Amino acid sequence: MTTTFGAYGGRYVPETLIPALDELTAGWNAAKNDESFHRELHELLTTYAGRPTPLTPAPRFAPGKRLYLKREDLNHTGAHKLNNALGQAVLARRLGKHRIVAETGAGQHGVATATVCAKFGLECVVYMGAEDMRRQKPNVERMHLLGAEVRAVEFGTKTLKEATSEAIRDWITNVDTTHYLIGSCVGPAPYPELVRDLQRVIGDEAREQFLAAEGRLPEVVVACVGGGSNAIGAFYAFVDDTDVRLVGVEAAGAASLGTGRPGVLHGARSSILADEDGQIADAHSISAGLDYPGVGPEHAALRDAGRAEYLPCTDDQALAAFHRLAETEGIIPALESSHALARALDLDEELVLVCLSGRGDKDLAEVLAHS
Amino acid sequence: MKKLAIYLVCEPETPELAEAAVDGGADLIELGFPFSDPLAEGPTIRLASERALARGMRTRQCIDCLGAVRARVDVPIVPMTYAAILEAYGYERFVADTRAAGASSAIVVDLPVEDHPEVPRVQLVAPTSTDERIATCAAATDGWLYLVSLTGTTGARGEVSPALAGLVERTRALTDVPLYAGFGISTPEHAATVAELADGVVVGSRAIQVAEDGPAALRDYVRGLREAIDAAVPA
Ligand SMILES: Cc1ncc(COP(=O)(O)O)c(C=O)c1O
Repeated sequence: MTTTFGAYGGRYVPETLIPALDELTAGWNAAKNDESFHRELHELLTTYAGRPTPLTPAPRFAPGKRLYLKREDLNHTGAHKLNNALGQAVLARRLGKHRIVAETGAGQHGVATATVCAKFGLECVVYMGAEDMRRQKPNVERMHLLGAEVRAVEFGTKTLKEATSEAIRDWITNVDTTHYLIGSCVGPAPYPELVRDLQRVIGDEAREQFLAAEGRLPEVVVACVGGGSNAIGAFYAFVDDTDVRLVGVEAAGAASLGTGRPGVLHGARSSILADEDGQIADAHSISAGLDYPGVGPEHAALRDAGRAEYLPCTDDQALAAFHRLAETEGIIPALESSHALARALDLDEELVLVCLSGRGDKDLAEVLAHS
Repeated sequence: MKKLAIYLVCEPETPELAEAAVDGGADLIELGFPFSDPLAEGPTIRLASERALARGMRTRQCIDCLGAVRARVDVPIVPMTYAAILEAYGYERFVADTRAAGASSAIVVDLPVEDHPEVPRVQLVAPTSTDERIATCAAATDGWLYLVSLTGTTGARGEVSPALAGLVERTRALTDVPLYAGFGISTPEHAATVAELADGVVVGSRAIQVAEDGPAALRDYVRGLREAIDAAVPA
């Protein structure tokens, strides 16, 4: 079986895509071993994305703890998504692809993709659920300004699940010219691994920064989990530090790891929200980026191995943390990241690292509507 | 004689429709077991799947539907679905229960050839497939090989895919198994063109659209395909 992470992963896609996945795997293996790829990406991450991102203590947000925020919100375009988009765009150019398709939920991945396409002169089509276009309108406008075509997906839940299915159908149709720039560590192999390798910069930097600030490692690393890319990026550097607890926080209504079951969605076997017949169930979250019934297969494997834990967070808890960070630290977090912030506060540990995956400008309308 | 396969999604009316298709000259029925997120399908089959699910057509009901089709027709019936369904139902249990209900083989659109060899199935190859991949799929396939005639999703198209002839030629050089071509084929003219190339013709999306008008309409449509195929390639 072609599973990649224990019993999870694989390449559950129509045969049409298998050669493209083989090509991508070979291209990625070649790039990984090529100094010039790393140099080009490093240059882009420093001069364009603004890395390394700082580690910010948040004493007023978490009195009694030594809680630090890894500031992915300070990346160009406002979220960790750019780390992945830049890496995949460089890879796509190496593979000779000049057209990019992507899915987006919160619109942060769509914006990151539209940004790199503008920078490299690539054609860009982004699929987005009509419901998400409503609740993340500023990001739709940003994508338009960046020259991307945003295609509304009007069926099913009109959110990230359907947008992902449509992006994959586009890729099936245009696979000769097109790279599918997937936005999280989900999808068929090699994507979960590829996205993790591109996001691990979060944890690699944060580990060094935490050691410099505290002289020791954090007791716990906390990150929100939609598809799981900022979380795997934050966790990966700490996986072998077995006394560092790893906590992923899912939206309570989209807890693929907490309440899901093994199943197949979007090309991979993972823990997903589905009924007993394998039909995919609807997820719910106030945060468009977490409103997804699947999760990256590596998280399912980390859960089963007991290496990482996954906690739920309600919409109300996330909203409270959103306001609290704004009022105590002068940082407006993304609603997605607010889930991690909320649960980080209740943990017993004192030394805490939270991945602040993105900034909240995109969420103002949604938050105001709920207050 | 060239084979004609008709695809229908499992719904309460399907046994009657399948019988009409066989009356019209179908040699094989592909029975779609609907999945909520069918990646290989264009709008017609996706919508048909959504409707079937809304009407309660889960795996158990689909197997009952298969049994009801079997009671009415004596051509091969091949369930066609996605890995998620077998994952939930159990791969071996799916094989046992569909066989017991009268299925010959299965098609699992998103299950790569190297996975779950315990499920005997018709393999698919596409214009993007490498020769090596085609040879592997042909060696593993159960009875015949499904040629995906175009690079894309299912759905009626204006013309037969220009990629099909090349795919048939490459595949014939690698295997002797019968080759059935599908995806995008919708008119009698298309069926005739495809019959000149392949051993079988698979019609899905257009058949589903016609079936909306009932069994008589479907029978007439299938008869039109049958006559065009037999005229192009006399038995
Ligand atoms: C700021 C932010 N954080 C987190 C996520 C969730 O994605 P992932 O779990 O892949 O990090 C998103 C997705 O849109 C996002 O925009």
